[in-house]
Order: sequence, then structure tokens, then C-alpha cells
Amino acid sequence: MDVVITYAYAGMFYLAGLILLAGLAWKVSRFAFTPAPLKIPVTPAPVTWVGVPVRLGKEIIFFASLFKSNKWIWLFAALFHAALLLVLIRHLRYIIEPVPYWLTLAQPFGVYAGFAMLAGLAGLWARRFIVDRVRYITGVSDHLMLLLLVLIGFSGLMMKFVSRTDVIQVKAFFQGLIYFQIQPLPTDIPLLVHLSLVITLMIVFPFSKLLHAPGIVFMPSRYQVDNAREKRYIVRWVAKMMQQMDEKDDAAAQKAAEKA
Amino acid sequence: MAKPTFDTPEYREFPSPPAIEEGAMEHLETYIAKPEHQEALGWAGELEEGWEQRAVDKLGDLLGKNKALRVYLDSCVKCGACTDKCHYFIGTRDPKNMPVARQDLLRSVYRRYFTLSGKLFPDLVGAKDMNKEVLDDWYKYYHQCSECRRCSVFCPYGIDTAEITMAARDIMNHIGMGQKYTNEILGKVHKIGNNLGLPGPALMDTMEGLEEDVFDDDGVAVKFPVDMHGADVLLVTPSADFFAEPHVDGLIGYGKVFHQAGISWTVSSYASEAANFALFAGSTEQMHKVARRIRKVAQEFGVKRIIFGECGHAWRVAYSFLNTLAGPFDFLDPKYPVPQHILEFTHDLINRGALALDPSANDDKVVTFHDSCNVARASRMGTKPGGQFDIPRAVIRAVVNNYVDMDPETTHEKTFCCGGGGGLLTDDLLELRVKGALPRMEALHEVVQSHGVTHMAAICAICKTQFAKVLPYYGMQMDMITSVHHLVGDAIILGGKE
Repeated sequence: MDVVITYAYAGMFYLAGLILLAGLAWKVSRFAFTPAPLKIPVTPAPVTWVGVPVRLGKEIIFFASLFKSNKWIWLFAALFHAALLLVLIRHLRYIIEPVPYWLTLAQPFGVYAGFAMLAGLAGLWARRFIVDRVRYITGVSDHLMLLLLVLIGFSGLMMKFVSRTDVIQVKAFFQGLIYFQIQPLPTDIPLLVHLSLVITLMIVFPFSKLLHAPGIVFMPSRYQVDNAREKRYIVRWVAKMMQQMDEKDDAAAQKAAEKA
Repeated sequence: MAKPTFDTPEYREFPSPPAIEEGAMEHLETYIAKPEHQEALGWAGELEEGWEQRAVDKLGDLLGKNKALRVYLDSCVKCGACTDKCHYFIGTRDPKNMPVARQDLLRSVYRRYFTLSGKLFPDLVGAKDMNKEVLDDWYKYYHQCSECRRCSVFCPYGIDTAEITMAARDIMNHIGMGQKYTNEILGKVHKIGNNLGLPGPALMDTMEGLEEDVFDDDGVAVKFPVDMHGADVLLVTPSADFFAEPHVDGLIGYGKVFHQAGISWTVSSYASEAANFALFAGSTEQMHKVARRIRKVAQEFGVKRIIFGECGHAWRVAYSFLNTLAGPFDFLDPKYPVPQHILEFTHDLINRGALALDPSANDDKVVTFHDSCNVARASRMGTKPGGQFDIPRAVIRAVVNNYVDMDPETTHEKTFCCGGGGGLLTDDLLELRVKGALPRMEALHEVVQSHGVTHMAAICAICKTQFAKVLPYYGMQMDMITSVHHLVGDAIILGGKE
């Protein structure tokens, strides 16, 4: 039975990893290669490319616009994302061997970040019930996504504080995945629940609003340089469209002139 | 003023977000374009069988051509940051006027036809089939958005509802459900040369009349030339400047500035319109067609530079798109940016001391300034980011002694649309225009009370017309709204530099 579970999870992780990577590669390539026909940075915007990483960096690291917009959402969102980052960093210890010194430093923060992450999620979720405007725009999938993240956090904390699992063996399993040498996975229920939820998250990532993560660097309103007058901006389909229209218009004008 | 069938919103004691009221603006539907107006622009005359599929196909076409649309539709997390930022939501309380809800009208169709989750689990992700009910919502609520970009400033990702509105309108035009106001005007621009349908001879008459008016008032022969080949400057200004109040006083101001600077200029009867309403319809093709007139005239007249008059959306198209859609402008004098804003021009002259100004001529006024949405968030003036805020204020301060700004939450990049932008400046949407003006009226009313403000200056033809119309609904005088160049014109000492 344990062998079956081990191979089932190994298989699911490979499949989910494949879906995640392929799905993201497909989506990101669509984001990257779809042309932006016109200059539409929301101004004031950087007037040279140098300012663009600064502008995007402020959004990605500090959620600058969200801060301008709504302090409550900013607080919960910042709490959740920063905590998630710490939790993810802490989880590197289940993959990297030997565990580097800096990672051991992150260990205690990572554990408490688990609680902070849940607190952030709780705040964001509460808004979906309490604030009438946010309730109106919330769909089933928005609730499910929060539920999934909360359950991941909760099952993770369960393993740390209630029903501990054999983390040495868990680490062996994940390292085995990397080197294609499958090692046995412990079969504690909290662990299996935690991993199943993570697999679910990996699969839905490229098909859901989680695409905001890669999307944020592809927003023409934010990454474009404000230099439309200085440098002519033109993409292929616009150039072609204009040429075709002009030829047609000029031909019509000439015809009209001949008639007159 | 005809008796309104709706209530003007009350000033709010504290400008906090209102409670939502579902369906509050469901009754408001702008007039649909007639088939002849549609067909003249190359679009379907009216809805015909199979329009649902054609709408979906057009959406697919746009997704392949417009990165913004694709990324915006995929990236929203429904965080709610934008929900209380739209002036139309604040004024109407209709939740479909919240930016994210407005986007979702299109996003739900996108999800149904273009995403795996929407194809498999439509109910879970709010995906919807393209049907008449959805289309009716599109038509109503995509014509309750003025494409002002305020929501985008507050979105953590910068999602710009204007782009979504434009895409939806583009699709609706394509399948035969365009808006009468915008499309009729586009037709006039192509046929006659300007939005108001003012023909060449009438334009010349009007400009001659202005020369006489200025001569009578100031005793100086200021020229207002039309179709003058060989002029240095081609002035492209919104056609409202030619006769509407308070716009025309702005045009007189431009004329006085050119006169005192000693720079020859002309308007064109063929391209006698700065505004490019194709922007509202989200049609790059039509935008190109309208923009190309300006290039043709500039080449034909042999001008050295192109200057745009006070017009918000026109300045967005001119500043951000003209080089793309009608460039390159290598035949103009490379010393000047192409195009230039009249305020950049006047500001530069003031800085060089080339204008003789007497700001005390405006001492009867206490002035504030309304940042027009498309100038503020979709363009620039000068060389530095934010010049679009600083340059108009610097010009006003040079010609006016009493100036105050409104609440900073309602100016600069956070400015509120006047309520009439983006193709909504039509009487069939009057209720929306009055309600959407609420946040600006509140901020204005506050400085009227606290600082005795008598005038609000603007640099957009739509803002000026809109405010002249809605100010009385809020108990203020319609002539409070004025052109920045009206203030300039009144302060110039004609003959002072000759």
C-alpha cells in the first residue's frame, strides 16, 4: 500500500509539475509575444527604460498602487504575500542538501510566517463577506482559491505543531523526485492532504487568476516607456494595416479627382 | 433647462464609498447608431443573425493583436481596490459601474470561449455565453465608462478598464451595435473635417468675426488665419473652440499668444478638428484615418510645427499615438516636439519673457484647475514626468494672482473625469453625466466654500462643455468654467512687446 501511495504521489507531482511549467510557458509566451499596438503607459511614467524596473519593482515589492488605493487590502495582501514568500523559502530545506546556513536562519521566521499567512488570508476572505462591493464581485472560484490556500497553510501547520511527520523521509522523497530515483513517502494523513492540495494548486495555477503573478510584468500600462514623441513606436500589424488603408484611400481619392 | 427626470446626487458629508444599489442605472441606454452611420465606417449596419459568433471571433482577433487586453483579462484577482474609484460608481451606486464589474462583463465571455476553466466549469469561474442579455449589459455599461483610466492608477497591476471598454465597443461596432453619438461624429469628421460639421466657409466667417471682436475690444489687429500655406505653425484645435462658450475665449487667447510671439500660424479647414473620436470606439483603423488628415495638411501647408489646442482626448491621441499612426514627422522642424501642446508653447514663451503679462487683469477671479483625465493619465507635457500637471499650473500662476488647488485626492494623477468623457457627452446620457460629475463637484464646492473660488479652468473641450452643463445641477454658475487660455488672453498686454 505504501509503495502504491509513493508512486501515486510521485506520478502526480511529475504530472502537476509538467502542467504547471507547460501551462505557464504557454501563457507567458502569449503575454510576451502578443503585440501592444499603441503606447499606453499610465502617466506619469518613466521617460527612459531605466525607470521601468523601478516602477515595476515598487509594485512587486511594496504593492505601491494598492497602498494608494486601500490600506486594508494592502495590509492583508502584503501580510499574505510576504508570509508566503518566507514559507516558500523555508520549504527549500526539503529540497536542498546540505541545508545552507542562511536557510537555517530563516527557519524560525518561516514557521511563524505560516500563521501570518493564514491571518492575511483570513482578512482577505473576510472582506469578501463584509464589504458589499467586494461581495458583489466575488465568484465561486475566488472563494475556492482562498479555501485551497487556507487548507494548504492549515495542513502545513498541523504537521509542525500537532501531528509531526518524518521530515527526513519527506526530504528523501523530494530529492528522489529530482534525481528520478523514487524514495518512499511517509503516509501520515496530514502530509498526504498537504501534498494533494499543493498538487491541486500547481495544476490550477496556469488556468486561474494566479496568472497575476507573471502578468504583472506584462502590463503595458506599467512597463511601457513614456517616449511616444521622441521615438516612433510601431508594431507590424499596425504598419501593415495603415499601409493597406492608405493605398485604398489614395486610390479612391485619385479616382474622385479624375472624375472631377 | 428641461426638468430632469432624475435626482442630482447630494454632496456627501464625508466622501466615503457609497453602498451599492443593484440595477440603479440599468434603464440608461445611449442611442444606437443608424445603419447608414455604421456602414459609412465599414461596420455592420445592425445586428444580423450569427452576430454572437462574429462577436466572439472579433474578441479572438483583438486578443491576438492587443497585449493589454489579453493580460488584463487574465490577471485580475478581484481584490476590490478599484471598486470605489470610478466617478460613475460613486455618483450612481450601480455595482456594474465598479471598474472590476465592468471588466467582468467582457471577461465572463472571454473565459467562456478562450480559457480552459471557462470551457469546463463556466459556473465556477463566472463564464457566460455570448447572448443578447450579455450584449445589452455591454451596451449599457460600456457606455457608462469614460475611459478616464482612474481605476488603473489604483489597480495593483495597472489593469486599465479603458482598454476593456474600447475592446467591447470595437466588438459592438463590428457586429452592428455602435453608439449614435460617437459614430455620427466620426462620419462628420471624414465628410466635413470636424466633429461639429462646420464647413470651410463658415469656419472662415467665424475666424474673421473673431478678428473683428479682438480689434473692437483691444484695438489690435490679431489674425485668426485659415488655410494659410507657409505658416510656421499648424494649429489643430477642437472644433468647439471655434464658437462654443467658454471654449472660444481660449481660441482668442491662443491667437493673442501667437500674435505677441510674432509666430505665424493657421488652422486648416480640412483638418479642423483635434479630437479623434475613434479613440472612444477603440478602433485603431479609424484612429489612423482621422490622424492621417493632420499629416496631409501639415505637408501640404509646409508648416514647421504642429500645435494642439486645449483638448483632453485629442492630446492623448496626439501625444501618444500621432507619431505611430501618422508619423514619421521628419518633414517638420526637429527643434520642436511633434506635436506640441499649446500650453507647452505658451509656457515656453512665458519662461523666455516673450509675453507681456498683467496678472492683475484677472484679479476679479479666484481660480482652481481641473486636471483633465486623458491629459493627466495618458500623456505628458514638457520633458519631465508630471509636466502635464506642472505646466498648466505654471501658466495659470503667471496670469492669475489668486490660485488654489482642489483636494489632492481629486487632482493630478488621481483627478476625476468631468463625467462627460470617452464619447458620453450626449444629452441621452445626461443623467449619467450629472451623477458622474459628483466627485469633481464636491471638490470644487469645497474650495468655493473655503477659498472663495470663482472659476475652474480646464484644458479640454469635453470638460468645458460638460461642466457648463452640469454646474447648475449642483447649484453653481455655468460660467465658472473657463479655458486656461482665456485667462492667458485676458492677461496679455497686447502691444506690450511690440
